[in-house]
Amino acid sequence: MNAPVKIETTLKDWETDQEVRWCPGCGDYAILKAVQRTLPQLGADPSNTCFISGIGCSSRFPYYIESYGFHTIHGRAPAVATGVKLANPDLDVWLITGDGDGLSIGGNHMMHVLRRNVNMQIMLFNNEIYGLTKGQYSPTSRPGTTSPSTPGGSIDQPAEPCAFALGAGARFVARGFDVSKKLPEVLKAAHAHKGAAFIEIFQNCIVYNKDVFNEFAAPKGAEDNQLWLENGQPMLFAKGEKGLTLNHDTLRLEVVDVVDGDWEAAKVIRHDVTNRAIAHMLVELPFGPFPKALGVIYDDPAPAFEEQVVEENKRLSEGKEPNLAALLAKGQTWTVEG
Amino acid sequence: MASQATEVRSDLSQQDAVVVRFAGDSGDGMQLTGGQFTLSTALAGNDLATFPDFPAEIRAPQGTLFGVSAFQINFGAREVNTAGDAPDVLVAMNPAALKVNLPSLKPGGLVIIDTGEFTKRNLDKAKYDVNPLEDDTLAKFDTLKLDISAMTVEAVKPFGLGNKDALRCKNMWTLGLALWMFDRPREPLQEWLRNKFKNKPDIADANIAALDAGHAYGETAELAGPLRQVHLDPVPTAPGLYRTVTGAEAVSLGLVAGARLLRLPMFFGGYPITPASAILHHLAKLKEFNVTTFQAEDEIAAICAAIGASYAGSLGVTSSSGPGIALKGEAMGLGIMTELPLVIVNSQRGGPSTGLPTKTEQSDLYQAVYGRNGDAPMPVIAARSPSDAFECAIEACKIAVEYMTPVMLLTDGYIANASEPWLVPDPESYERTPAEFLTEKNGPDDTLLPYKRDSKGARPWIRPGTPGLMHRIGGIEKAVDTGHIDYAPDNHQAMTDARMNKIANIAVADQEIELGAKGGKLAVVGWGSTYGPIHQAVRRAIAKGLDVSHIHVRNIWPLPANLGELLHSYDHVLVPEMNTGQFKTILRDQFLVDAESLSKTSGQPFAISELESAIARCIDEKCGGQVEVNDDQLPSPVGDEA
Repeated sequence: MNAPVKIETTLKDWETDQEVRWCPGCGDYAILKAVQRTLPQLGADPSNTCFISGIGCSSRFPYYIESYGFHTIHGRAPAVATGVKLANPDLDVWLITGDGDGLSIGGNHMMHVLRRNVNMQIMLFNNEIYGLTKGQYSPTSRPGTTSPSTPGGSIDQPAEPCAFALGAGARFVARGFDVSKKLPEVLKAAHAHKGAAFIEIFQNCIVYNKDVFNEFAAPKGAEDNQLWLENGQPMLFAKGEKGLTLNHDTLRLEVVDVVDGDWEAAKVIRHDVTNRAIAHMLVELPFGPFPKALGVIYDDPAPAFEEQVVEENKRLSEGKEPNLAALLAKGQTWTVEG
Repeated sequence: MASQATEVRSDLSQQDAVVVRFAGDSGDGMQLTGGQFTLSTALAGNDLATFPDFPAEIRAPQGTLFGVSAFQINFGAREVNTAGDAPDVLVAMNPAALKVNLPSLKPGGLVIIDTGEFTKRNLDKAKYDVNPLEDDTLAKFDTLKLDISAMTVEAVKPFGLGNKDALRCKNMWTLGLALWMFDRPREPLQEWLRNKFKNKPDIADANIAALDAGHAYGETAELAGPLRQVHLDPVPTAPGLYRTVTGAEAVSLGLVAGARLLRLPMFFGGYPITPASAILHHLAKLKEFNVTTFQAEDEIAAICAAIGASYAGSLGVTSSSGPGIALKGEAMGLGIMTELPLVIVNSQRGGPSTGLPTKTEQSDLYQAVYGRNGDAPMPVIAARSPSDAFECAIEACKIAVEYMTPVMLLTDGYIANASEPWLVPDPESYERTPAEFLTEKNGPDDTLLPYKRDSKGARPWIRPGTPGLMHRIGGIEKAVDTGHIDYAPDNHQAMTDARMNKIANIAVADQEIELGAKGGKLAVVGWGSTYGPIHQAVRRAIAKGLDVSHIHVRNIWPLPANLGELLHSYDHVLVPEMNTGQFKTILRDQFLVDAESLSKTSGQPFAISELESAIARCIDEKCGGQVEVNDDQLPSPVGDEA
């Protein structure tokens, strides 16, 4: 792989001439801006950047980013993106998907792109609803979600995207939400991670599932409801007055009060992004008794798939001449004299 | 030993071609035996065609009727196009193999039986109430009853194998006998065995001993009388270097050659499915040819990854069989909409649904030509034989890149597994047309037009990573030239027309006539693997003075420009197909020609005799008769190819 060349760009350089077709007030606008703000900070090159999406509101994203873009078919973006990376590992690939696209119809591909660890940033916009098809409940909808297809409220248990990602073997799992100012930092961390980087972004569908994340995303009460994780730092929230500790008897996380900022005395634990077990606990914390864990939850790189494929192809080719005539004449042959 | 039915015995030494079928339990190594016999036959310079016929189960229960595995080979001192109709020689390694295969043996044919396997238990498993060796089951045939099991165990005794391992050498004993019967050298086989069991010299030696023992048995038996050695002279063929090739090998080699002629790296996305997996296996070993293979999580991912690779500048290829092709349907539409090159190989098998995984059929033709949502035209090419698959794969690659389109290459289970001698082509004899990528903006006022079409209707191929050519593509309808999202009525009309016209105007070679002449009473029109039997049947019909021609279509979509006019020059058109008449329907639709279907969906290829009868009937009924043809002139229903 060539070392990426840093390019000077501004937010404007990443805007296309296409009319953005999301509903006014949709959380997608904020995510688009966050990405357009982040890319110049990464020194990203529009000519070497490729946004690949599936189908759904989120998947319109590539049309609005001035880079290479491929709006594929429902659920299959991870497979298309895998082919792109195998054909050209140098491309900087961003995958855009949603809860329906990435976890329902495309759940299988999502599992495999994560397990293979193909080097790309995977942004899953989770709004817990099917927006583009007019509001049916989705695989992340909470039980009881009333929708055109579930007039009596949905029955099935929702999937937890980050738990799914960890279960599939993801080496980077992070969370953010549409209007969060910290989203660019999460995106930068994902970009810095070599391998598949999974980012769940809570996104407000103002038409079909309005304010469903307000319980933790609303500015009011944010301090109490959001636990922003930072590697090496204590897991503190509520202006440092509360924190998480690990109960060594039950092996569960618990909320503890921190007095006078003495978090060590309260046995608040430090966040270690390479601790997979704690990552599992953090993504499964029930909201209410616990705050919502946000930021980089897990980050422990492993060799990227496409690099290994390139190496393997090289190894298997060593000392072999690509001689087509010889290949065609391989095996036991005989000559008929003229 | 040999029965008394010598008066009905075929005299193989008088034939210029012989059909041999090896049949046994799927654990008996019949495919390996057949494959090695094929190789020795090819080395002896006979023309040949084979038909492996094996169960779908990995290890079917031993001795059962559904666990029978057979390998048929037709070889001769003249041109051979089919695996033959009825075998002249049947080797039956157990009662089940005898029961399943005896009905197809030619009357008077020779059946070689391993009596050591005709135990009560095995007879029960084969559902024989009475031992067929003891009643008149075999009366019509010449029979050679040998305790191959016992003789094998005896032959390998010096190597100290257990009984089970010793018995595994049975197929080599049988092969040794077959090699003797047809005057083949043993040395290449011995060498092959030594190489195969390089790390187990004992096993190699035991197998060689069994092979030699079988061969020696032939020599001794001949002295005693019942068995005769048959020698078939080499076929006079075009000079050059030959090898045997299966369809799956030929497709793989053709894809490699096709990509190299285009100077493109190849990306192959596959998912295991019978009988297409062999292509993935072959290509996985050819990394030095700039080939990347990817075993995807499913059929959809396999084609989607190939589309992604094509988008990124490789030649994307995927391969499957009917059920997998069905899953790829939506992604094919994406390839058509985004106008990216892609080759899709379909090794057809019996359907619908899981159908007959290991049996052959041509029933995916509608799926290939029409099987997608929307108006989604796609070129379709059908290979007629294993070696033809090489040429077809090269053409598929070329069309895909030249016209920026997915292309489907049809083979089938028969072509994929069958092998035939192949005059090794010279790669230098093919036209090199390096693929071109857009490197600069192509529109007025420094604009980029990703959907601006060239004279052939193809859009430019733009690799992501190319400086300054950023653009967006996708499955949503796009505006003419710019490729921006556009749902406008006029635009969809224009783009639909552009996609249709691009494919309709692909330059394909004019249709040639294989046998016969333009105009006349009857044209037999085939496509794909029916080539061999149709060719032989028409050849025999012509020899009898019937006015019939053979036309075999490779370019299924678009069809050759002259085909309509050609078909209209005959009184009648007969279309034999291993489906319920799909190509017949296409021909009727495209050319308003009164084509008649000859349908076969038994999972087995056409027999030449079936086609001959149909030709004679057609001439008689539809073409007002022609010459006096009485039954004596027709070959026997299970006749050989002589």
